[in-house]
Amino acid sequence: MLQMQLLETYKNERPDPFCPGCGHTFILNHLDAALQKLQLDPKKTVLVSDIGCVGLSDQYFITNAFHGLHGRSVAYATGIKLANPDLHVIVLMGDGGTGIGGTHIINAARRNIGVTVLVFNNFNFGMTGGEHSVTTPAGYRTASTLAGNLESHLDICGSVAVNGAGYVYRGTSFDRDLPDRIAEAIQFPGFALLDIWELCTAYFVVNNDFGRKEMLGMVDTLGLPTGLIQRREVRELAQALHEQGQRLRGQPTLPVRGVDAQFPNALDRKFHLVIAGSAGAKVRSAAKAAGYAGVLAGLWATQSDDYPTTVKSGHSISEIIFSPEEIRYTGIAKPDALVLLSEDGLKKVGGHLRAMTPEDVLITTPEFEHVATAARKVILRPRDASVRITRTNRSLIVTAAALRLLNLFPVAALEESVRQTMARFAAENLPVIAASAALLES
Amino acid sequence: MTREYIDGATAIARGALQAGCNFFAGYPISPATPILLHMLRDLPKVGGVGIQAEDEIGAISMCIGAAMTGARALTATSGPGISLYSENIGLAIMGETPLVIVDVMRMGPATGGATTVAQGDVQFVRWGTSGGYPIIALAPSSVAECYTLTQRAFDLAERFRTPVFLLPDKELIMSMATVDVAEYVDVAVGQRPLVPAPAGNGAGPKINAATGQPDPRLRPEETYLPYDFDPIAATPPTSPFGGPHITRFTTSSHDEHGFLTKDPVKVGRLNEHLRRKIEDHRAEMEFGQFDADPAAETLLISYGTTARAMREAADRSRAAGQPVSGLTLHTLWPVPENLILQAVAGHSRVVVAELNHGHYLREIELLLYRHAARHHHAPPQISGLHRVDGELITPEQFLAVVRY
Repeated sequence: MLQMQLLETYKNERPDPFCPGCGHTFILNHLDAALQKLQLDPKKTVLVSDIGCVGLSDQYFITNAFHGLHGRSVAYATGIKLANPDLHVIVLMGDGGTGIGGTHIINAARRNIGVTVLVFNNFNFGMTGGEHSVTTPAGYRTASTLAGNLESHLDICGSVAVNGAGYVYRGTSFDRDLPDRIAEAIQFPGFALLDIWELCTAYFVVNNDFGRKEMLGMVDTLGLPTGLIQRREVRELAQALHEQGQRLRGQPTLPVRGVDAQFPNALDRKFHLVIAGSAGAKVRSAAKAAGYAGVLAGLWATQSDDYPTTVKSGHSISEIIFSPEEIRYTGIAKPDALVLLSEDGLKKVGGHLRAMTPEDVLITTPEFEHVATAARKVILRPRDASVRITRTNRSLIVTAAALRLLNLFPVAALEESVRQTMARFAAENLPVIAASAALLES
Repeated sequence: MTREYIDGATAIARGALQAGCNFFAGYPISPATPILLHMLRDLPKVGGVGIQAEDEIGAISMCIGAAMTGARALTATSGPGISLYSENIGLAIMGETPLVIVDVMRMGPATGGATTVAQGDVQFVRWGTSGGYPIIALAPSSVAECYTLTQRAFDLAERFRTPVFLLPDKELIMSMATVDVAEYVDVAVGQRPLVPAPAGNGAGPKINAATGQPDPRLRPEETYLPYDFDPIAATPPTSPFGGPHITRFTTSSHDEHGFLTKDPVKVGRLNEHLRRKIEDHRAEMEFGQFDADPAAETLLISYGTTARAMREAADRSRAAGQPVSGLTLHTLWPVPENLILQAVAGHSRVVVAELNHGHYLREIELLLYRHAARHHHAPPQISGLHRVDGELITPEQFLAVVRY
């Protein structure tokens, strides 16, 4: 007998707690009727309640329940739906939660995450004493607008509809067909929102001599559309993400890229190399190739970068340490070698230049021939190179020449590093490394 | 010896995936963004979901929703983001939600220095939500530890159903380092206590044998008490949304059913439970590395990037004939009291080094002064070594302190 299997109510035995005449009781009964109509599995249904009087609602149902912070109910619901797209996730929130959590609602609408939002809209904060909310229309009196509200109301439906929500409905707690509309919204695959106007008999009704007739009249005064406002085909986000993920399933995730020493090195102490240039000129890429080359040569290497928040203007400084032993402290008090590539870089390395001694070496280009430092200077002329020098390969050719000069490890290690770390650009960068040899001859 | 040239962000993402993480929500912020990018790219490959939220509040909210649906959830941010996480950190504590939060520390206060190193969030994460309830925080001091401690964080989050912080800093996350791959140590990640599934697989819809139709009616064994902790320090078993039971989650003061209550007996027991759930299990979360020198009078204590300079200084000091001990803390919260007291024993002087105004120094002082008073002996001399200018504490600064 089919009749035997029906769940005749989704409410538990606990009596509703709301004030006499409160719209919440009506809407929750309509929700119960909708759930009965759909006969959803309570274990596959989650009621997410916001804060305020409506935040009590989840306790009167036999389904799963999540009662969280003010305004964040739609964000919790999004996480639940993303983690398990098979669940029916229904948000119960008030006009207060709509105000504080507006960004979550609009973004959920834009994403079309498949949750159903019931806004219990009674135009004021019932739990905290009848203060005005984002939906209090102009002119109405509340505890916080005693002389009449001067602010204009938020059009919840318009806000989510214009941002792509799949299903948008406005009605009142007195609508006879509300269970059908709620059931329709729950079954809708994308984001669904119902703005349900109702009476707060504790405050808004008292403060404004407001009743059913006045509320229905206010719909006309405000000129807001009612009934089904928007219903359109959408791509539900949780399902779409899982489908997109299916195509990537099984691909390797962050495998260890082990490096075994393939080249000898000539280092018996920590060596500090600083490359100072301009952002957008591939300073960090050249530094990474150099560091990785050191690891290929059996050394330990670190690289710490400094650059401004803009990524293609200003300075770019990379500090590299090579060591035959494990490197703990990664700071550099004084470089053993400084590669100076640009005016942007020069502005940041004054301390290094002052600290350097004749034991150390500054490797730079003719523009910086006269910078003050005690370090030995080696001036390179990348312009005379046998390959065309651009803003982006200039860092690599000077760094490569510097590594040849410093002779910490064979240049073949740098070439292998470029093959491995810049595989896509190896064909253009290997000739640059080859051409760097000639820079040291002049 | 096989090595890897890698940054801490990659190691954290790899550790999370190794720990079975299958949900990430975050909002871009330097210096934590590289973790977000790794997770969004790689989670779909393991059947997980990664999403960039509309803001930090949305990010942690989504993580909590997903975690209660059974996911192992991760989020990553920096100090300004933790400010926005604050209210939901309390929610995760109250609702007993497993969640790993990476706070890549950068220079504060406020927007501070987005790519400048600091360790200024140590007390912030401890007291960053209302009520002052205990949390767990781990601090890696190497890239290999980023990998291992991320797994450890998931293990603790799951077993104790609580948010766990991982507190690296900008230097560790964004700098390249060389790692001996043998140092990538895996941790067996436990599972949150689960209510046993009812007999006859309650997970799927029940089908009435006579009609072949689904039957939505609940059987008594498909409900349970979601906040039934006994003894008081035990982690209550749970069941995910969509699983074989009805689950109630709430952030308000609640009884064992998850219903709101103001009953002082029940509220008091709940809040005592939230404290003792962590504090009674301190011994299970004391992690660190003690580099003892039996001849040393001075013990250096540090964590994170700063501990790297400490360890270099200790080696150099000993090579120069000046003995010194070093304690690297991997657990910051709860304070690993036994680990610290054992390390301090025999030393007449303790120096706590950190990139802030002395956040952990006060914990060490509190612990050692209390301990001395209780045992009627003189405490060691305790001092701090601090730096808040965006530069690292140098080995030379440590050496100067040791020599002093």
